[in-house]
Amino acid sequence: MKADDPRIHWIAEPKLGLAGSMYLPLVVGGLVTTAKHLLSPKVTVSYPDQEPEIANRSIYRGVHRLNRDGQGRVKCVACFLCATACPAHCIDIVGAESPWPDREKYPESFTIDELRCIYCGMCEEACPVDAIELTSLYNLTGRSREEMVFDKEKLLSVYDATHKQEPMRSAAHKGAP
Amino acid sequence: MATVIVDGQEVELPSGSALNGIQVAKQLGIEVPHYCWHPGLTVVASCRMCLVETGRRDPATGQITMMGKLSPACQTPATDGTVFVTNSEKVRAARAMVEEDLLIRHPVDCPICDKAGECHLQDYHFEHGRDQRRADIRPFTSRRRPVGDTVTLFVDRCVMCTRCVRFTREITGTSELMVINRGSHEEIDVFPGYPLANKLSGNVVDLCPVGALGDVDFLYQQRVWFMKRQPHVCAGCATGCSIFVEENQDRVYRLKPRENAAVNQWWMCDEGRYGFAHLHSPDRMTSPRRRGDSGWADVEWSQLVVELDQQLRAAGRFAVVLSPHLTVEEAYLLACYARSVDAQALIALGPVPTEGTDETFPQGFTISAEKCPNRQGVAAIVQHFQGSLLEFAELPARMAAEGVRSLWVSGGYKTDWPATAAIDFGSELRLLIVQDLFASPLWEQATFQLPGAAFAERAGSYVNRHDRLQSFAWAIRPPAGVMVEGQLYWRLLGRPGLYQAREVLHEVARELLYFAAASEPIAETGVDLKVLQLAK
Repeated sequence: MKADDPRIHWIAEPKLGLAGSMYLPLVVGGLVTTAKHLLSPKVTVSYPDQEPEIANRSIYRGVHRLNRDGQGRVKCVACFLCATACPAHCIDIVGAESPWPDREKYPESFTIDELRCIYCGMCEEACPVDAIELTSLYNLTGRSREEMVFDKEKLLSVYDATHKQEPMRSAAHKGAP
Repeated sequence: MATVIVDGQEVELPSGSALNGIQVAKQLGIEVPHYCWHPGLTVVASCRMCLVETGRRDPATGQITMMGKLSPACQTPATDGTVFVTNSEKVRAARAMVEEDLLIRHPVDCPICDKAGECHLQDYHFEHGRDQRRADIRPFTSRRRPVGDTVTLFVDRCVMCTRCVRFTREITGTSELMVINRGSHEEIDVFPGYPLANKLSGNVVDLCPVGALGDVDFLYQQRVWFMKRQPHVCAGCATGCSIFVEENQDRVYRLKPRENAAVNQWWMCDEGRYGFAHLHSPDRMTSPRRRGDSGWADVEWSQLVVELDQQLRAAGRFAVVLSPHLTVEEAYLLACYARSVDAQALIALGPVPTEGTDETFPQGFTISAEKCPNRQGVAAIVQHFQGSLLEFAELPARMAAEGVRSLWVSGGYKTDWPATAAIDFGSELRLLIVQDLFASPLWEQATFQLPGAAFAERAGSYVNRHDRLQSFAWAIRPPAGVMVEGQLYWRLLGRPGLYQAREVLHEVARELLYFAAASEPIAETGVDLKVLQLAK
């Protein structure tokens, strides 16, 4: 875009009046804001001594989990839509024929690099069977990069640890292909 | 000359052309959706997806009379005065109705279906179907049964286009597949005890417009949208089918036939289709080595080029074996290099593996007995440089007679070197350079072992058994440690930069009369090298 493009709307800088050019009213205004916050209730928490409160766990985007179906098997059908949608390319899936007669395909391996992930939530949006969900676990730590690459078992264990306080968002939907 | 009107636009067809409504519309860039029609098979007009309004223009008055009901475009010949309307409200309603009917019995298990992403049912439904399904049916898992070793059938995904049935009846002549039951219970099946077991069976998977026929070899290996299609030429036999190499991150997942009326039409054989496992074999050789006094030593390629050149020039008389797996360009470069080292260097054609006899199917598709892609092209180069065709079998005797001290053998064979025993090249031989994909007795004899490239990693041209030259670029990069033959020969000749197959082919076309027709830009379907020879 060039500077003489007709679509550019040029705005003139507003002229400062006497009060403005003295800066004093603005300084006072700033101090008033500071004083207001000094007296109002605190919103910061002293983490890690104090845990923050998450207002709505169902929309928080923390660590992923892989949901289980009614029979405790991984719900994922290895369609690769999460891996396709992922802008950070942090999901790696190996699909295979499932060992169960009522299901055709399942993920033989499913890994997410939690360090590479940008926690955008596109994977759970893309999932046609609601198998991948983001939980409200935010304090994720590890001692090595390898440890932060979560495999299928670890992602299922996140489900086991969180499904009581954060139920599956589509428990009613059972018809997984 | 016939004038056909499609959606108000007039098309002039040359007289004698026998096109149907779908083909004529395609010439104007209008797609008439269809499932059962395929240009290589007979017309059954059973899917009803290509229903259009047809009519006729009176040549005398110019008056157009339309038919009262819709008719299938695939079955309506485009003759002079035929009128097609493919975008009217009536046609659109018919398409939506067909789509809705097909989806009543469809499992809609797209997330796990290998066809998803290249499925006609998905594409047409998106374009022509209703946005909501009125039938109260949930997605379900399709029933599945094997119909052969290479193909598995997902029964409920089928739309009963019967392309696969017609293929086994018309193209292979084996008639394994059939339709059982009637009405909405119709299913594809095989006769008990007679599975789909012909040498072209993989084609039914390509023909299937939906995900009903699955390729066992490819099943669940990769989602189709991750793969890139690279036009290439099959190296399985001397037929040289045009193919697509479908790869993702330098790994080949499947080979698909590419339409080429002059070579393979729409088909390819199973041997070629599934014959790429060697590309990613863990047994492939990946580091160049030199035999020294204290055993084998790895050598860097840049150092190797210098060393090879020095040793070959010092050794005296030189001979090279041009493998029929080399491209025309590579064979030419190696022959040029040999002659630059030794002006009388012997140039021989490598062993040509053959298996059985040529096998021709009813419609003319042939699987060649010669299991290498470029004997024709390499033989022409050997003949040009050597004066006559020096076969590999005659080489040891000629070498002994002429006192040859160094020999370069290029390979590229799918499995082992064709000869399993060690070959006696005489006591005079000081330097043996072997370039191949896999270890073999010959490989163990070598002074220099050079890992070579496989077909999908090469760039260049192959000449098939009917003298058709087809050019292609590389589809994947070779494994780490391998230098593609063309690049190595290019560097040995001291040419700057990267190996340019096209540049070399132009040089070949100028130098060799046989390749004269290849001087023009090569079409995707290749060029017939006999064209100019016949004119002479």
